[in-house]
Amino acid sequence: MTRPVATRQRLPLALLLPAGLGLFFLVLPLLGLLARAPWTTLPRRLAEPGVLTALRLSLETATLATLLCVALGVPLAWLLARVEFPGRRLVRALVTVPLVLPPVVGGVALLLVFGRRGLLGSWLDAAFGVTLPFTTPGVVLAEAFVAMPFLVIAVEGALRGADRRYEEAAATLGAGRWTTFTHVTLPLVAPGVAAGAVLCWARALGEFGATITFAGNYPGRTQTMPLAVYLALETDLQAAIVLSLILLTVSVTILAGLRDRWVGTP
Amino acid sequence: MTAPPLLDAHLVADRGAFHLDVRLRIAAGEVVALLGPNGAGKTTALRALAGLHPLTAGHLTLDGVDLDRPERRVWSPPERRPVGVVFQDYLLFPHLSALDNVAFGPRRRGADRRAARARAQGWLDRVGLGGRARDKPRQLSGGQAQRVALARALAVEPTLLLLDEPLAALDARTRLDTRAELQRHLGEHPGATLLVTHDPLDALVLADRLVIVEHGRVVQEGDAATVTARPRTDYVARLVGLNLHRGRAAGHAVTVGGLTLTTADAVHGVAFVAFPPAAVALHPARPDGSPRNVWPAVVAGVQRHGDNLRVQLDGPVAVAADVTPAAAAQLGLRPGQEVWAAVKAAETRAYPA
Repeated sequence: MTRPVATRQRLPLALLLPAGLGLFFLVLPLLGLLARAPWTTLPRRLAEPGVLTALRLSLETATLATLLCVALGVPLAWLLARVEFPGRRLVRALVTVPLVLPPVVGGVALLLVFGRRGLLGSWLDAAFGVTLPFTTPGVVLAEAFVAMPFLVIAVEGALRGADRRYEEAAATLGAGRWTTFTHVTLPLVAPGVAAGAVLCWARALGEFGATITFAGNYPGRTQTMPLAVYLALETDLQAAIVLSLILLTVSVTILAGLRDRWVGTP
Repeated sequence: MTAPPLLDAHLVADRGAFHLDVRLRIAAGEVVALLGPNGAGKTTALRALAGLHPLTAGHLTLDGVDLDRPERRVWSPPERRPVGVVFQDYLLFPHLSALDNVAFGPRRRGADRRAARARAQGWLDRVGLGGRARDKPRQLSGGQAQRVALARALAVEPTLLLLDEPLAALDARTRLDTRAELQRHLGEHPGATLLVTHDPLDALVLADRLVIVEHGRVVQEGDAATVTARPRTDYVARLVGLNLHRGRAAGHAVTVGGLTLTTADAVHGVAFVAFPPAAVALHPARPDGSPRNVWPAVVAGVQRHGDNLRVQLDGPVAVAADVTPAAAAQLGLRPGQEVWAAVKAAETRAYPA
């Protein structure tokens, strides 16, 4: 290893100053939470049964939503990156709609489609007896709706950046398009998929608006951590802080762990 | 013709404004070099053969089977062609080991995992990399990666092997060793081999026959001896280090520009005259004596060329002359200086254009 900083370079203040301010701005609210946390009563509050239930539900639904997003979003990203079709620009814009749509509106839209009297919901109910709103699968659906763009955008970027000549090389070796996709393209863009999945998971974990609108707020069934925090805010600020801290700790731990393992530069 | 060639192709393809029209025939076991400057259409030709670029007309027939014939709407995708490709920067799959890279082709063509790996190990042994089977491409040196790429292309036992600038990415020393080894493997390949290169040395060492393309067309083809002795374009002449001029011949005299050169060979009509730069002698004043071809010239530039200096001359004809440093010092060569150039008739070659 060479010595890290052999010749000391002056860091440009014009970059350093806003960078520091940016970091400060992002971390300050977290410090506020830590400062106001009721440390003495923390163990007792953690042991409350509702807390663990909500946490487990949050982690499960966020993970399932991420899996759903990967299963549907990777092929969608491939379509957008690799296939020329009329209206591709429009489709690309539509994919980002959940990013600009207020999540509550997203939840309402989901209700209009999947609700008991919705476009698809009434058919699902009549044909299969399946009801999505106000159920745990409904939570997964709401989270996936809001989080999917993060995955699609990340994977599409990775696909566009990948060297397509590897796919040509695979073709000359006898691989059809599907085999090329699974054996060459996907492994090449795996870091992009992992990064997208992590973003997607993080977004799903913090999802609030679409979930409460589409799935409601039933403890044990649809009450995820963000919903529990919101509910606690109305009655007990300290409980809300504790719940927020738990959510933060768990998600930061998982994200940091994943980052090093999957998203780290090769 | 004794046997039909293994590859019989008339490649007509368009790439933007570029138009390719090249006929290629390669016999079994034959190695043909497609040689040409950058942008001549070599890579387009290779891509058309591999199925990565469709033909717009013409045909591509390999071992009696049409792989691409637009007029009959026949087109076979790359994965169904018995063609192996060694790409310029190898394109080894970075996420697979050397062994799995080589096993990729056999596996896709129906071998089960064990059989494919056994075959891959065999090929790695043949290129001398049996011990590096588990290494990832990034752990291999340039020369090793080239050999793995060759093994990968050969492992599918292609009827047609295509090599795109196989040595271009290597440093000079590695290139020498790899070239010798590549020659051995190409010699053992029973199918047809097409080598795309802009390096004349690679072409001369590795190929049985040269096909030279410029601006999408074949300008000359033949074995190394013919091409080097009788270049037909400036590009080829520069490749083989000859002065080349086109003029009108009447017996032993060829008129080129405003100058009539006396040649050893007798030809009539439009003809080429070629002579090596070393055959051009420079004199400070008009020389007396034997040389028949003498003309006044102006020094346009002087460069190092091996142990000698290469002098570019303007005048009735533009030629290159090689002189020793001692002679250059004696003449005091500098750009703009007027000298007399002389070429002996015996050192020229003339042939019909």
